[in-house]
Amino acid sequence: MTAIALRGLNIAYAGTPVVRDVTLDVAEGESFALVGESGSGKSTVLKAITGLAPEWTGSIEVLGRPAAHHPDRKLARVVQMVFQDPYGSLHPRKTVDAVLTEALAIHGIGDRDARVEAVLRDVGLDRRFRFRYPHQLSGGQRQRVAIARALVLEPRILLLDEPTSALDVSVQAEILNLLKRLRAEHRLTYLLVTHNLPVVSFMCDRVAIMNRGRVVEIAPAAALHDGEFQDSYSRQLYAASGGNSPMESAGR
Amino acid sequence: MTAPLLSVRDLRVSFPRRDGGRINVVDGLSFDLGRERLGIVGESGSGKSMTGRAILRLVRPPGRVEASRLAFEGEDLTTLSERRMRALRGARISMVMQDPRYSLNPVMTVGRQIAEALRVHTPLGRAATRARVLQMLQDVRINDPERVAAMYPHEVSGGMGQRIMIAMMLIPRPSLLIADEPTSALDVSVQAQVLGLMDSLVRGNGMGLILISHDLDLVARYCDRILVMNAGRVVETCEARRLGEATHPYTRGLLAAVPRMRETRAELPTLDRRAWEGT
Amino acid sequence: MSARDWLLDESPTSRWQAGAGRAYAAARLLLRNPLAVVGGGIILLLVLTAALAPLIAPESPLGQNLSNRLLPPSSAHWMGTDELGRDIFSRVVFGARITLMIVVLVAVISAPLGMIVGAVSGYFGGWTDRVLMGLTDIFLSMPKLILALAFAAALGPGIENAVIAIAITTWPAYARISRAETMTWRNSEFVAATRLLGASHARIIGRHILPLCASSTIIRVTLDMAGIILTAAGLGFLGLGAQPPLPEWGAMISRGRTFILDQWWVATMPGLAIILVSLGFCFLGDGLRDALDPKGQAKS
Ligand SMILES: Nc1ncnc2c1ncn2[C@@H]1O[C@H](COP(=O)(O)OP(=O)(O)OP(=O)(O)O)[C@@H](O)[C@H]1O
Ligand SMILES: Nc1ncnc2c1ncn2[C@@H]1O[C@H](COP(=O)(O)OP(=O)(O)OP(=O)(O)O)[C@@H](O)[C@H]1O
Ligand SMILES: [Mg+2]
Ligand SMILES: [Mg+2]
Repeated sequence: MTAIALRGLNIAYAGTPVVRDVTLDVAEGESFALVGESGSGKSTVLKAITGLAPEWTGSIEVLGRPAAHHPDRKLARVVQMVFQDPYGSLHPRKTVDAVLTEALAIHGIGDRDARVEAVLRDVGLDRRFRFRYPHQLSGGQRQRVAIARALVLEPRILLLDEPTSALDVSVQAEILNLLKRLRAEHRLTYLLVTHNLPVVSFMCDRVAIMNRGRVVEIAPAAALHDGEFQDSYSRQLYAASGGNSPMESAGR
Repeated sequence: MTAPLLSVRDLRVSFPRRDGGRINVVDGLSFDLGRERLGIVGESGSGKSMTGRAILRLVRPPGRVEASRLAFEGEDLTTLSERRMRALRGARISMVMQDPRYSLNPVMTVGRQIAEALRVHTPLGRAATRARVLQMLQDVRINDPERVAAMYPHEVSGGMGQRIMIAMMLIPRPSLLIADEPTSALDVSVQAQVLGLMDSLVRGNGMGLILISHDLDLVARYCDRILVMNAGRVVETCEARRLGEATHPYTRGLLAAVPRMRETRAELPTLDRRAWEGT
Repeated sequence: MSARDWLLDESPTSRWQAGAGRAYAAARLLLRNPLAVVGGGIILLLVLTAALAPLIAPESPLGQNLSNRLLPPSSAHWMGTDELGRDIFSRVVFGARITLMIVVLVAVISAPLGMIVGAVSGYFGGWTDRVLMGLTDIFLSMPKLILALAFAAALGPGIENAVIAIAITTWPAYARISRAETMTWRNSEFVAATRLLGASHARIIGRHILPLCASSTIIRVTLDMAGIILTAAGLGFLGLGAQPPLPEWGAMISRGRTFILDQWWVATMPGLAIILVSLGFCFLGDGLRDALDPKGQAKS
């Protein structure tokens, strides 16, 4: 079954078209990457799926159901998103506990204490962190909280918008390992936006390359091993990422 | 050799601890910077950003900065009055902050904010200011400068926000640029172009550059020298090209944690923080 | 473990401990500011006086004794007596209740009203914003006292109407403040993330936006209190506020005006009370601004 199906998707902000004619399928359980130029509309695609960018035409289907043009309560239990900036994505005056409990309260889910504890354990935060405010957390810990918020409703699809680009390499490694483990444990589907091709190589099965609002190519992640891309922009991106460098092929 | 652009000796930044003592988050840092590119890498919380802020005297109380020498173009920064310091910031030393979205004013268009940065130091006519702003946006590879200048910070993409911040910091043509994670949200080709721009300013205008980043490849490629920091101290200094041959276990740990293009590992090694304790 | 350690614990173990810890940190900041402590002390005095008025006041505020008319301050009557022989000190003490009631009622009505209007306006933007802010601007552009006068005159004299009139004139300022604050937060990622959790607009405004507007509004309300007390006194003075024989400070000044040259104490004593309480609120407001407002901290 396809988790996310986009057909001829056009997205605009206040009448200005930003994304044009995007068609792609993400299978259930797959980890799919969206890479491309800065400003090419990657985040916008994720926002359209969740209803945060309401001006779209074409079709978006999530697990076979058409998506709405606004954030949808029912969809919330199926799709969640993790934002790029761990500093901006948490309310400055709310504890970790308040953030996670609220998600459960909105959907009237009981047994909140146990669920909050479980999800914190899942993302590798021990109970000391449960009642802290964001300013008492490091960037990596904040990103874990954001992931916990996305997971607490037990969705089947996670949209990840550059989840590690604001983090240093050692923390990035921890978060990537965490995401990989969570996907295996909860059989999640990922749609991951990143600008880092090695992250795609580590995390994903397939990759779509975007340039100026269009998807120019969809390739298996294995293409990153040998640089077998069709489109010239993809090849350029691959080369700029040091894909052809001998240091890389030697595996350092 | 001529006098260095920036000379730092025994820099310390401390914060009060609960028990009344103080903890040094930057602990005895020393380096000289000429008209060259210096990279600072290190784990999160190792004091990279604090070093940059300390040079500009932007550490907020209760934080405290001490140094036995902190001189910029022969001027002692530690004794400069706050007014002189303000005139210096932005005009001669500028800093690209790590969190661009927080550093931009959410209710002012980005064009006006960049114009403001220029106007404070170089008053020009209206049309000239606007032309400079648009040119600067183009220089940081923003495709449609006219449209973007009229946008509010929340309407630009993550990477555009970073480039706007860079444009804002470069437009007064400083002699020293401190760039704290300036390109973490950019794709590689734009990143290369933006760093190329900074590079040409170093070579052409003799600007000094301190590039703070967690991206080891990038620092290795765009810097001449690299300081590796851990817990407020420099644990290793090396030629940028030699980063791959670094010996300190901490540096090796950082290198191993980077995913590779031809990744085959099922799990990335994370830093084992006990490995270099006591070194 | 001492209570202080418990409050300052970096890893609280309950919701309640986390909240208490934050309140404690804010209170400590406030207590470090001498002006705020003085202001807080004055307000505390006002509250205690109001609560314990029957115990503090030596006489009834209403009981007349025509043989004691217009006595100057003495050990028997600390603030003297008025034209009906009532002890002014007792009246001032009971007047604290009325002042406190006015202040609390105005704050309770106008602050939430202003905050909600401002937050809704800033959050939705567009037409909602234009309509609500247009309305706000109309109220804002009219002189406060005159508007209050007009309302009080239209609704009829009386203390409840005075409160309503003052509340109507004060909310627009809070609407402006919370709108400005809301505009800086409405596009932030945590708001988007909360919408994706399925939260309604009402919930986001109520639980996420309003708490962020609260501190700047509280500061402003505290600073405005002096003006509110003066407006209430002004209405009382003009006979549109509290009606005799209620011991409202402004009305008392108004009655004392006739004797201002020979029996100065009749008008001066309630006047001093007004000044003291107004100053208290100003000091406290300034202190709160330093303690709560992050922009204020950056300056220091
Ligand atoms: N709220 C908005 N209003 C108007 N234009 C917007 C808005 N949000 C984004 N845009 C525009 O849409 C385009 C695509 O933005 P988007 O955030 O999707 O880029 P992106 O691919 O995620 O880039 P990056 O890698 O830099 O984050 C940009 O040109 C941006 O200016
Ligand atoms: N206001 C503060 N009070 C106490 N400690 C602080 C304060 N601000 C920063 N620190 C501490 O200073 C240390 C250095 O912080 P700094 O921001 O320089 O780290 P960094 O190396 O830039 O990390 P990152 O890669 O995450 O940006 C951190 O351990 C941090 O906890
Ligand atoms: Mg983006
Ligand atoms: Mg930093």
